[in-house]
Amino acid sequence: MARAPKAPKAEELLDFDFSPPAADWMETPVDFKPGTFCYGAKGKNLDIMDLPNARDWSPTDEDWRLPAEWQGTIIEGLADRMKKYRSFRLFLDICVRCGACADKCHFYLGSGDPKNMPVLRAELLRSVYRRYFTRPGKLFGRLAGARDLTVDVLKEWWYYFFQCTECRRCSVFCPYGIDQAEITLMGRELLNLLGLNTDWIAGPVANCFMNGNHVGLEPQTIMSNVEFLLEDIETITGRHIEPSFNRKGAEILFVAPSGDLYAEPGTYTCMGYLMLFDQLGLDYTMSTYASEGGNFGFFTSNETAKRLNAKIYAEARRLGVKWILGGECGHMWRLVNQYMDTWNGPADFLEQPVSPVTGTKFTNAAATRMVHITEFTADLLYHNKIKVDKSRNDHLVITYHDSCNTARGMGLLEEPRYILRRICNNFVEMPEDTIREKTFCCGSGAGLNAGENMELRLRGGFPRANAVKYVREKHGVNVLANICALDRASLPALMDYWVPGVKVMGVHELLGNALVLDGEIERTLDLRSDDLPGKEEEAIV
Amino acid sequence: MKIWPSFLAALALVLLAWAGVGLFHWQTLFGVVIPYLAFLTFVAGFIRRVVLWGRSAVPFRIPTTCGQQKTLPWIKQDKLENPSSPWQVLGRMCLEVFLFRSLFRNIRTEKRGAALGFGSAKWLWLGGLVFHWSMLIILLRHLRLFLNPVPAPIRGLEALDSFLQIGAPLLYITDLTIVFALTYLFLRRVVVPSVRYISQPADYFPLLLLLAAALSGILMRWFFRVDIRAVKELTMGLVTFHPLPPGQLSIGVIFYIHIFLVSCLFAYFPWSKLMHAGGVFLSPTRNMSNNSRAVRHVNPWNYPVKTHAYAEYEEQFREKMRKAGLPLETE
Amino acid sequence: MYKGGGIIVGLTVFCLVATAPFLLNIGRAAESGPTLSLDTPAIHLLSDPSCVESASYMRAEHMRLLAEWRDQAVREGRSEYVNSAGAIFALSLEESCLQCHSNRAEFCDACHNYAAVEPYCWECHDGGATGS
Repeated sequence: MARAPKAPKAEELLDFDFSPPAADWMETPVDFKPGTFCYGAKGKNLDIMDLPNARDWSPTDEDWRLPAEWQGTIIEGLADRMKKYRSFRLFLDICVRCGACADKCHFYLGSGDPKNMPVLRAELLRSVYRRYFTRPGKLFGRLAGARDLTVDVLKEWWYYFFQCTECRRCSVFCPYGIDQAEITLMGRELLNLLGLNTDWIAGPVANCFMNGNHVGLEPQTIMSNVEFLLEDIETITGRHIEPSFNRKGAEILFVAPSGDLYAEPGTYTCMGYLMLFDQLGLDYTMSTYASEGGNFGFFTSNETAKRLNAKIYAEARRLGVKWILGGECGHMWRLVNQYMDTWNGPADFLEQPVSPVTGTKFTNAAATRMVHITEFTADLLYHNKIKVDKSRNDHLVITYHDSCNTARGMGLLEEPRYILRRICNNFVEMPEDTIREKTFCCGSGAGLNAGENMELRLRGGFPRANAVKYVREKHGVNVLANICALDRASLPALMDYWVPGVKVMGVHELLGNALVLDGEIERTLDLRSDDLPGKEEEAIV
Repeated sequence: MKIWPSFLAALALVLLAWAGVGLFHWQTLFGVVIPYLAFLTFVAGFIRRVVLWGRSAVPFRIPTTCGQQKTLPWIKQDKLENPSSPWQVLGRMCLEVFLFRSLFRNIRTEKRGAALGFGSAKWLWLGGLVFHWSMLIILLRHLRLFLNPVPAPIRGLEALDSFLQIGAPLLYITDLTIVFALTYLFLRRVVVPSVRYISQPADYFPLLLLLAAALSGILMRWFFRVDIRAVKELTMGLVTFHPLPPGQLSIGVIFYIHIFLVSCLFAYFPWSKLMHAGGVFLSPTRNMSNNSRAVRHVNPWNYPVKTHAYAEYEEQFREKMRKAGLPLETE
Repeated sequence: MYKGGGIIVGLTVFCLVATAPFLLNIGRAAESGPTLSLDTPAIHLLSDPSCVESASYMRAEHMRLLAEWRDQAVREGRSEYVNSAGAIFALSLEESCLQCHSNRAEFCDACHNYAAVEPYCWECHDGGATGS
């Protein structure tokens, strides 16, 4: 397999403008530019999931080794999905190409490639829909915006549907709410009918299916990872915490994105969760089986997503917990909010979530019975149930990045901000066109956070970084807070490249720093075991 | 250029009506038969298209949330941008349908050297809104030709639309605004490079057809006047299903050009992107409440899937789990 | 979920709105527009009952002609109108038009009401509504 190309210099990356090429887009064949796409899915990973046409292949291969009847498969698949999803069928029909979405996509804003305008990315598929399903398309062809489904078209689909992070920003501005994410989801489903996934998605899917989490951590490894974090907590705070895994009869099952269990800086966020739970004396447990809140299945197909998601309820039922608490993760929460109960519910074996600390009933989670940790923590802070020392975060100037999914697939906007305002003194917002429902994606969501497509990620992350740079120059921002594991995995590289000097921290890492534990030692270190400025001197004195 | 096929098509339609009535005197065809067929196509095609959409399931509750969710009681919910009840959804939909709320959010993003800049971009919203409202008022105004006696609200609308009292017959404000708005919408497709790049014949054609229909109406009112009484006799004949033989009514060719272009628009409607008029009501990202965590949403085609059960997992890792001291279901 | 109920309600509303012009006319026979009788005492008294222009011209163009007359009379002080055949008429609504068409209610208003037109002639002119 080819080595990942090195990312070009910033000036080279930014050497583009938004003027479209002279040639019509239908006459512009796809160019697989190294650094902008992921490796093809390995056969063994598709086999584990019983997905079709499992084989090893590379997108740069001339012959993708498609099944003989591949066109029929796609057309049938298209028809099937049009019946199953009104969103899809409707969005194929009603776009007027007004162009409001065009300059809203972070990949377009970072590359200038017109096929990254959401409207054109959708037209890649619409043109085929028209050709095979509409009368004008059948009769008039090109004149009606229709074209044949060829191998080149398929390759173009693959390239551009894996250049969309399903962030839904375009959908916010569309007068009909057309959501490119829906088109991309369907496009990827169709590609998966032919075994055309990326390995960065197929691998984690197979891992998650077999071992319970994306990297394939085995139960004893999860435990030792967490024990390692608990040792760090003891060093930093003097507090000894006992972990709890797969414990039956606990009140709450806590599910985090697995990134928080093993990879920096997510692990610091995990330390924040663990400290909070211990301080509250929460009766909770974590599962090594349902050890993944995230779901790369969603970037493959609806069925795959459901198969992976099923573990959460199954484990909650097995352990006999009352309700589920979920960690900081973006697409995990879109799925919990909009899909989980529909897929794998009803969760009638659980109880309506009630905070054991404040007695607050989480009525907005009455059916799904899963609460977002920032809802839980904001409630604690509002009722003053935990003590915090804001000054421990005084050396930080913090801005907050809304992750796409919690912003546009849920509307979780104020909870994390409330927490941040309660635990730090220096919180500033990025420009309003780049936050909340208009937030920019990290550029690596929906399974694009691989290494081999770093150039693409840097381009896609440019609009977000651009806004961070603005507040860094204006307010000296040095922390980009977030509530998403993919953000924590991808934004550090993005910041190092575009805005050096900005650290990426989960909200609960910052909470962990400020949280005053009963009987803790004087804090001189933050959760990263770095010196806490100001505090170390006091300690010396 | 993708404009020319659309331009030629629109021009051909004008010429067709002109020749049909002006040269061949097919008044009944253009004044009665085609309008009936066009209207029938419109209604049947519209219903068919909506039924097609309606027969597709809404498996998941996927509103695009554009504001704060309903959550803890002390956090203010943005009820119109993130509705959690049917009434709030109704409010959101009214904003979308009547005021184009989402388009009003539009911002322009520019690359300024190594930075991106954001600017206001309300022109598309304004142009779209002005066109659609003008269109609605014009349609309602035309009811004066289909109702007898003309109801007071229609008379009122007529008076309001012509309250400037310019010229004789009076100038309609919406005649001006619709032409301006359509011209703007057309020109931006021609002039703005990125919009030109994404535009297709199917985008230019309806604009040109609408523009031609509007202009033919304006020409008829101001330049090639026709006997309005005869026109109303014809239109009343249509809506009472007793069409008069229009050959006996002396109405100028311009009227037949106008009614033919409008007929074409009606007939074209259900087969085209103009169906966004019906589609906007069905858009799952806008017409659903964001309450799927509180109220279960059922997917009609939900089916059982193969999962990797805990028992299989324990089987797979039993020894390792035992060593790590994890509780086991079966020893 | 299909939301079928909503779609049926929506389509019903659509059908009602789209076919409203037909529905509102149910039970009405085809009507021709108002017939304007020129058989009036006022016309019989005239020696030459011909109009300033042809009837078909007047049907389509009278509003423009009258607007021009108004401007010519008020602004330019003209008092004569030479028609397309070269005949000369008094350029005056009262003296030319209303001499024949003294029956405003039956003549002018009949068509104006039929087509929902509200000319502003009568803001100044009496038009014989009260009998000249």
